Amino acid sequence: MRHRLDLTIGPVSFRIGSAWPQPIAQLAALYAPYPKPAGIADFTVRLEPEKPWRRLVRPSVAIHGDYTLPDAAPLPLAQGLLAAEMGMNLQMALGQKRFLLLHAATVERDGHALLLTGHSGAGKSTLAAMLGEAGWRFLGDEFALLDPVTGLIHPFPRAISLKNQSLALFDSAAPDRLGPVLKGTPKGTIRHLRPPADAIARMAEPARPALILFPRFNRDFEPETRPVGAAETFVRLTQASTNYVALGRPGFDALTRLVTVTPSFAIDYRSGEEAAALIDTLWSNAT
Amino acid sequence: MKDARLLTRLLADPARMAEVRDWTGLICTARAESLLGSLAFRLADAPVPAQVAAILEDARQDAAYARTQALWEAEMAQRALGDIPLILLKGTAYAAANLPAGEGRSIGDLDILVPREQLDTAEAALLAAGWEWVKEDAYDDLYYRTWMHELPPLIHRDRDRMIDVHHTILPPTARPTPDAAALANDSIALPNGMRILCPEDMILHAVAHLFADGDLAGGLRNLWDIDRLLRRFAVTEGFWARLAARADRHQLRPHAARALRLARRVYETPIDNSLAGRAHATDALYIRRLLARDGWGRERRPFTRLGFYVRSHWLRMPPLMLARHLLTKARKPR
Repeated sequence: MRHRLDLTIGPVSFRIGSAWPQPIAQLAALYAPYPKPAGIADFTVRLEPEKPWRRLVRPSVAIHGDYTLPDAAPLPLAQGLLAAEMGMNLQMALGQKRFLLLHAATVERDGHALLLTGHSGAGKSTLAAMLGEAGWRFLGDEFALLDPVTGLIHPFPRAISLKNQSLALFDSAAPDRLGPVLKGTPKGTIRHLRPPADAIARMAEPARPALILFPRFNRDFEPETRPVGAAETFVRLTQASTNYVALGRPGFDALTRLVTVTPSFAIDYRSGEEAAALIDTLWSNAT
Repeated sequence: MKDARLLTRLLADPARMAEVRDWTGLICTARAESLLGSLAFRLADAPVPAQVAAILEDARQDAAYARTQALWEAEMAQRALGDIPLILLKGTAYAAANLPAGEGRSIGDLDILVPREQLDTAEAALLAAGWEWVKEDAYDDLYYRTWMHELPPLIHRDRDRMIDVHHTILPPTARPTPDAAALANDSIALPNGMRILCPEDMILHAVAHLFADGDLAGGLRNLWDIDRLLRRFAVTEGFWARLAARADRHQLRPHAARALRLARRVYETPIDNSLAGRAHATDALYIRRLLARDGWGRERRPFTRLGFYVRSHWLRMPPLMLARHLLTKARKPR
């Protein structure tokens, strides 16, 4: 391919090829401080035109790679960075077999990990990003990688994907940590934020899961915490996993162990400060 | 990597590992050709770099899971079909019979063969056991039932797995007409009561699948099946004569000869020279098509591929019927 960037994020490495220079340049800027891979990539992502002439005429970026969704719509070239991020997500979701993948944001303190899981729009990314700026170590906002052998969560600190109203919360971040504002994407307005320096420096250090939370953000909620039983957490996490079925028995064992030893709660919150206070209380009881 | 040559050379002889400069490209090519699992088994004892070893270990785990899932699906079909003999085809057959061709092989749909006279009973039994039609379209349904060698694809509503129920191994419109009754009559029972084709038929089905049924997409994997099957069965007494006789019976002699020549050129398969016949000028074109995959996993050589695509339709149906078929397809609302 004409343009190429190799990236290591936590225990996973990618080779990203592009028919256009822009997505690679944006990716290189966003991931500038990340270590370069030793030479072999686990997964390949290709950003390429669906038909050869669409490289120049109304360029649109199709997301291909080792694993490809047959019906995925291409994105305009202006959203090429998002295409690269989606391409990496796709390889993980369909191809990752070493770890049980949980759709969850994760942060760490004192060697213990806090998992935030739930539906899209529940506020996982934003909460994890805020906690990452406030004394926690950011492990990831998209996938928690649960090692079926050790039961540890491995960091996967990709760029944080801020959406819509959340953008304003991080305006004061150092400008070199922020990607371009991407308007009109399938998920609204998106801007990528590079995780804090310690999240990148320590991305090879796993953490023992200590608390699972199901956050729900709504300005009309009364703040509340409710314990969630192990069986319910189990089922909700199977639904939040892209490779639970594909891992077979090891996936079942790993998830069973996780939910039986880790307390879990649902929390409703109206603001970041409120969520942080609820989390502090639950965290001090759990660890 | 301009094409898949290094992949096939490595599959043929893992000792060539030292030639690999670009592991990422090799792994990507192998994934795109559905051969990473097979490569992982071939390189299981090779001193590859640690990162590569981890990727290959994942691929072996994946293959082990695919195998479990495929055998379970076969078990489900057997329960549903009751007294109708269940003859397994392709990947599931290799796995069920523990053949080397099954090692590391990805297995997608469950392919089975049912004697034509029991096709209606089999269809009813599968529908009663939770399989449903994938294509609701009346034209597609009619097309399958009139012109194809299999029922329209069925998918299980709970397990989300497809089953292809064949009554022969080539579409009736194709020029060779295999002896479908012989396929079923000479099939072999496994200890669990499921059946597989006899070795020669298994190879000839792989041959038919490689050439007549498709535009050679995924051809490297199909040819790898043929290599593994030939190496496994050629050691038995009188094998090549039986294969030749069986190829005649199924009208697949020239196809078998070509497949043998290609297997020798691509995977260095030991073959019978008289059955393979003299090299044909077009063999090189087939090889060019089979290897058309670069180190980024992209299909290359668009004109060669187009040629084989046109050829695949040409072989499948007479020209007037092809024209009518393509016209109907083109006018259908998406």
